[in-house]
Parts: sequence; structure tokens; C-alpha cells
Amino acid sequence: MTDALLRLDGLTKAYPGVVANSDVTFQIKPGEVHALLGENGAGKSTLVKTIYGLVKPDAGQMHFGGVPFAPANPHAARAAGVAMVFQHFSLFEALSVAENVALGMDDPPGRRQLSASIREVSAAYGLPLDPERLVGDLSAGERQRVEIVRCLLQNPKLLIMDEPTSVLTPQEVEILFHTLRKLASEGTSILYISHKLEEIRALCEDATVLRLGKVVGTCDPREKTAAELAEMMVGSALHVPERTGGEAGEVLLEVSSLSLPAPNEFGTALRDISFSLRAGEILGIGGVAGNGQDELLAALSGESLAAPGTVKLSGQDVSRARPDARRRLGLLSAPEERLGHSAAPGMSLTENALLTGEIREELTANGFIRWAKARGFAERIIEAFDVRTPGTETAAGALSGGNLQKFVIGREILQKPRVFVVNQPTWGVDAAAAAQIRQAVLDLASEGAGVIVISQDLDELMEISDHFSALNEGRLAPIRIARGLSIEEIGLMMGGAHDMQDVAPEARA
Amino acid sequence: MKLKLERRAAPSALVSGATPVLAVIATMIAGGVMFWALGANPAEAIRIIFWDPLFGDFASYTRGQLLIKAGPLILIAIGLSLGFKAGIWNIGAEGQYIIGAVVGAGVGLAFYPTESRLIFPLMVLAGAFGGWAWAMIPALLKTRLGTNEILVSLMLVYVAQNILASMSTGLLRNPDGMGFPGSRNIARDFPAAANPELIAGTGIHWGVVAALIAVIFAYVLMTRHRMGFQIRLAGEAPKAARFGGVRPRRLILFTLGMGGALAGLAGLFEVAGPAGQISIDFNSGYGFTAIIVAFLGRLHPLGILLAGLLMALTYIGGELAQTMIGMPAAAIQLFQGMLLFFLLAMDVFANYRIRLGRTEVKA
Repeated sequence: MTDALLRLDGLTKAYPGVVANSDVTFQIKPGEVHALLGENGAGKSTLVKTIYGLVKPDAGQMHFGGVPFAPANPHAARAAGVAMVFQHFSLFEALSVAENVALGMDDPPGRRQLSASIREVSAAYGLPLDPERLVGDLSAGERQRVEIVRCLLQNPKLLIMDEPTSVLTPQEVEILFHTLRKLASEGTSILYISHKLEEIRALCEDATVLRLGKVVGTCDPREKTAAELAEMMVGSALHVPERTGGEAGEVLLEVSSLSLPAPNEFGTALRDISFSLRAGEILGIGGVAGNGQDELLAALSGESLAAPGTVKLSGQDVSRARPDARRRLGLLSAPEERLGHSAAPGMSLTENALLTGEIREELTANGFIRWAKARGFAERIIEAFDVRTPGTETAAGALSGGNLQKFVIGREILQKPRVFVVNQPTWGVDAAAAAQIRQAVLDLASEGAGVIVISQDLDELMEISDHFSALNEGRLAPIRIARGLSIEEIGLMMGGAHDMQDVAPEARA
Repeated sequence: MKLKLERRAAPSALVSGATPVLAVIATMIAGGVMFWALGANPAEAIRIIFWDPLFGDFASYTRGQLLIKAGPLILIAIGLSLGFKAGIWNIGAEGQYIIGAVVGAGVGLAFYPTESRLIFPLMVLAGAFGGWAWAMIPALLKTRLGTNEILVSLMLVYVAQNILASMSTGLLRNPDGMGFPGSRNIARDFPAAANPELIAGTGIHWGVVAALIAVIFAYVLMTRHRMGFQIRLAGEAPKAARFGGVRPRRLILFTLGMGGALAGLAGLFEVAGPAGQISIDFNSGYGFTAIIVAFLGRLHPLGILLAGLLMALTYIGGELAQTMIGMPAAAIQLFQGMLLFFLLAMDVFANYRIRLGRTEVKA
């Protein structure tokens, strides 16, 4: 067993009410790209935080390079040779690349020397970076490079990557994979965390599958189909959503030359967006996070008001109408952020049903709330969308992500929208709930509503959309018919590689 | 073995309700130690503060004082709680209280010595208007220019104090007062404008009645009306509130306006009743103490009712302790400070639970 770089033995960690990891045992060999696969909530994050010294296990041991390994904090983990790239970047936008790298190092060298080594390392691994540029000016892919370079400067023996591709275009993913393969060929082990099966099949040599905190299998992902991997991950065969009937009808929503300045410093301006949406149609809008998705939803929901004449619902100008007025006309929406935007976490499900249901479900009379009716509406949502909750008076924040998402989507769909706009309908939702939500969206379109699905999950968009477009820096690419679009075409619509160079295309070991 | 704080999945409703009681008990214990260190009998001091105002030798006098003090505290705290619930921090109720009193008394005194049943109601409206208008300054600056309402409302307190001083030595000075600062005594010399004790010996005046009405009004608003729901929503999740159709500006205008109007009313009832006249030192900190009352009452109308009574009790009990056993005024203020301190400290237990040693693992 001495040939393993990292060996985990019976790692267990419990939080109040949930066992995040239970008796987790596996090992990573030197120079191996090892996948850690599992649904949201399967315990992947807790496990890697344990390895990185952020979480102390309740039981179990780790060995790193043959010696017992129990990092008290990330500093100790880094000193031992473990580096981690987090899903959410920890970078300061107002500082330069070099300054950000220095901040993340335990013992940064001098400024000039650091810049030189950043250039050197980034060039060697096909991740060109200018150390003097401000991080605020970089694309998501380039920001990730900063994080990776920061890790590489410490010559790690093990590099942990947590969902690294969720912010990348397909082209950027390809470049990242080249880098990772080159690293592995030089002997660095990589622990790659993802729930994207095709990526894992393309990159990893070994996989450990987690379900509900337990290891449920190990395999060579290259020898399994995506469906087999999914089944290991979920534990049962998945229901694939189906489309029934539904012909595109009259134009319901017409957006013409919609431009909006960025709502804040870190927002994205919408630039000259035009499209129309017909009854029974599902328009999928892809794009890398932060390219105007939130802003587009806000402009359609009425949270941001646009210039007159830019948003029309069945010919009626609603550009200046507020969210409640748009709801009255049948334009409903569900923003991406569940906790705090589409739902108030501290309030009960009844109160959250009232949040958007007040007008169409007539939950108030003369300004006074009809609580019994609101509770009835919440009960109908829970029933129709199989929301697992002790009852209607449970706080929304106490529900799991998938259950709350079902509640939020159900709340809008039960109000019979004519146009429904949803951002990231299945983000952070387990596979079974995701399939159910997609089916509900398909059914809504079959019944004659127009639906806009904004998502960063391209597989999801391809599965349910009639038409496809992508947001890139606040611009909407020309709308194409979804069926038959190649992954390259989609990637180009999303902005291609954002001019990042792939200088190590032949680095496959 | 070590102590660990563990976040609760949801705040415990039981503990949340019990913390004010626990805080009072903890204050009694810690305060008792302090009184003992000052050379007093702790049990006697606690009895004088909490028991004697209601049932002691001077209870016939102090019981009336209780409602006189609690009335304005509750009235102001109710108004403040609406804003606090929505995350709008009006710290300047003291100023709104002063301006309400000045405008209300000014309108009343303008009719002196006319006798009409309409004068007092008119003064009530004017008092509410004065407080409302003073609160509209931070409200409009916030909605138009994005200024911070905490700073603006607080600084306007000092402006109001100077207006008060100017009024009592200038415009509203009693023409028959031989040059002394201060207005005519409305309560004593101007029956049509006075806010008398309604039931002798109880301390109940129109301000106490208004406070009770405000409690009921706030309770219905917060639990039954859309506006109350929107206020809670905005405080809980501002983005969700916008998404739900709440107009943040309207909410700012409404809650600051209500807070100002109620504080103004409290000022008017005070100047026309217990205080009797506009004077330089007319304000006595009700507007600031009401902030404590609002939080002590958990921003809940019924809680504020109880907290207002409790706070008034410690004031009167504190005064008794000063006169009867010679406790210094600073010790009494420290005692009241302890109450807020323990309340905030106890809040930790509503959101966290304490664990001893390592967590046992259940597989």
C-alpha cells in the first residue's frame, strides 16, 4: 500500500442531522487523475475539505506519502503538498494577478521574482497569464488560471479541483484538460470533483463514487458509459423527460433592442437583446456564469425596468411594468438564487407561496392576507410537486436545495403562466428532482405556455429546448434551432475560448 | 472536554421566547452582585427596583408613574419596530419626539386662551405631523440620494434639540413668564389643550390609550396585512422582496413616516400632559430608550408592550433605589445596561446550542 500518494481509511464526519461522510476509504496513486463523483449533497465537499485541513473528521485516518496525515488547517495541508482550486474563486478584483497570487501563498517571494515565476509556470502548463493585469478584467477561465497557477507555484503533489468546469465554455474546458493531463504526466496527482459524467470519462483514470456520504463504488470511468456512471451515482435508473405534442403558436413575448446598464459594479450590462418567444416554445439560453443571465431575468421579471417598447407581452408593452403587474398579465419568473431571491429562507412555505402567488391566486382581499387560502396554495404546491417537508409552516431555508427548488418552480407553474422565465432550474438539485423539474417545464410548454430556460448546464438545455441561444458579455447570440447543434457551435455562441490560447495541445501523456 | 457552540438549523422558538425572561433573571443576579459590592443588601435593592414600584409603600404614586413612563416608550418603540423589522434603522426618534411636541404645542398655544373641543384633536394631528415631517427628512434623503438613514436621523436629533432650545427661549416662550425660558404650562393653564389623567391615580392619559391602540394596530398590520408581510419580507430577504413586488422606497417612506408620526404623538402627549410645557430640557431620552424597548420586546407588538412596562419599572425602581438606599445614578444606568447586554448575550442560545466535548458520531 506504500505506492499510494494519499490513502483515506474509514473517514467519517457528521453534522447535526446529517452524516456527510461515513466510513470513506479509497486511495490516489501518484500521477493519477482520480475522479470523485457524486450528486450534490453526496459528501464530496466535506471529504475534500477534510483532505485540505478545513474540516476535522470525527473518525478515520489519512496517510499522505506513506506517513499519517492529519492537517490541522489548510496551511499544514499546503505544507505537505496538497493544493486546492475552489469552485468559487477567492480573488480580489481590484488587485493584479501577481498580488492575488502572493496573497494566497504562505511565504511569497519578492514581487519581481514572483512575476517571473508566474510567467514561467503559466507558460509551461499552457495557461498564459500576465501577472500585472487586474483580476477584475479577466474572464472566468482566466481567473481560474490564476487559482491554478497559485497552486502550481507551490509544487503540489496533489491538486484538488472542485467542479472546475462549471464556469468554462467547452473550448476552455478542453484547454484545462490539456493542462491537467500534462501535470499528471509529470507525476502530480489530481483529485477531480464533478458530477459531469462525460468530462470524467474523458479525463480520469480512476473514479470513486459517493452517495449519501458512503463510497458506493470505484471504477475506471473510461470503461463505463455515462448512463452506467449516472446509475452508480444516483442509485437507480433515471427517468428521461419526454416532450408530448405542442406546436409553436402565436408570439407571446417580444423583446426588441433591450439594453440595460449594469445594475452594480460587478453586474453585466445587457446589450441590444432581441428575440421573440412563441406559445408552446422552449427557448434555452446558455452561457458562462456572469454574462448577463441574472440581468436578463431581472429585465423580464420586472425587477429592472427597461426603456419603453423593449419588452412586449402579447403585443402589450410591459417594459415599465413592475413584477406584480407582469404577474397579473401572466409573465412569471424564477430567479437562480433560491435562498434570498426566489424564496425568503427564514419564512414559512405559506409565506413563500404568498410571495409571488398573491395576485394570480387572489391571496389577499383589500390588502388583508387570506392566510387559509395561502396555506391551501402552499399545500397544493407541496402535493403536486412532491416537495418533501414536514408541513406548510416549515421555514423555506430548512428544506433541501432540491425540495425548495421544486417548491419555487411549482409555485410559478401552478399559477398557469403564459410566459415562464427560469434561471438555472436544476442548479444544485439531485438528479431525480432535476428530471421532475424538467418534465414540469416540458409539460408547461406542451400546454401552450412560452418558456425561457436560462442555464449553464448545456446537456439540460439540449434536452429540453426547441431553440437555443447563448449570452456572452450581455449580448445574445442569434437564435438557432437546438436540435443538431454541435458542441463546437454551442461553444462558439458562448464566446469560444475567449481568446485564450491553447499552447499545449499535444501534451497528452 | 471543551465547550462548543453549534449553530442550530433553525432558531429555537422556545429559547427565543424564553431569553427575555432569562435575561431579566441574569440581570437581577449580576445586578445583585453589583449592589452588594456597593454595600447594599442585594435582595433589598432588587426588591426596591422590581417590587416596590408596584406594591411598596409609595405604590399609590409610583404605579401611576409606571404608565406615564411606559406610554411614550411603547408608542415610540412600536413605530421603530416597523422600520427595524424591514431593516430600516431610525435612530432619531428622540428628534421626532421633540419636533412632534414643539409643533403640537405650538398649534395649541396659538389658540390660547380660546376654549374649544377641537383644539386638542388638532394638536394631536399637528404632533403626529411634526414627527412625521422630521422623519421624512432622512426618508427622502435615503430614497432620493441614497444617504444612510442611521446617520441622518441621529444627527437630526441634535438639530431638534437646538430648535427646542430656540423655541423655549424665543417663539414659544411664555409671555407672562417674566422672561424665564419655557412655554406656558399647557397642562395647568390651558384646559382645552391639556392631556389630563383620565382615571385618577392610574397615570392613564391619552398617550397611554394611543400606545395601546398602536400595539393592536401594529399586531394586526404585521400578522394580517400585506404591508406587514412586505415589511417582514424586506427585512428577511431584500432581494426576494423586490422579486415579490415590494417597492423598497415606499417601504422606507412608510416605516420611517410611521415611526416619526408615533414618536411625534408621544412628544405631544408628553408636553400636553406629564411635562406640561415646552422647556429646554423637555426631552428625557425616551426616543433612545425606546430602541432598547423595541429590541427587548423582540420587535413584536406584545413583546414591546411588556418590555415598555419592564423598562418603566426599572426607571421608577431605580429612582426609588437612589432615594431609599442611596444607590448612585450611575449604578442604576449600569443595571439597565446589563439588561440589554444579557438580552443580546442570551440571543446566542436561540441561534446556537452548546455541546460539551466531541460530537458522538451516529452512523
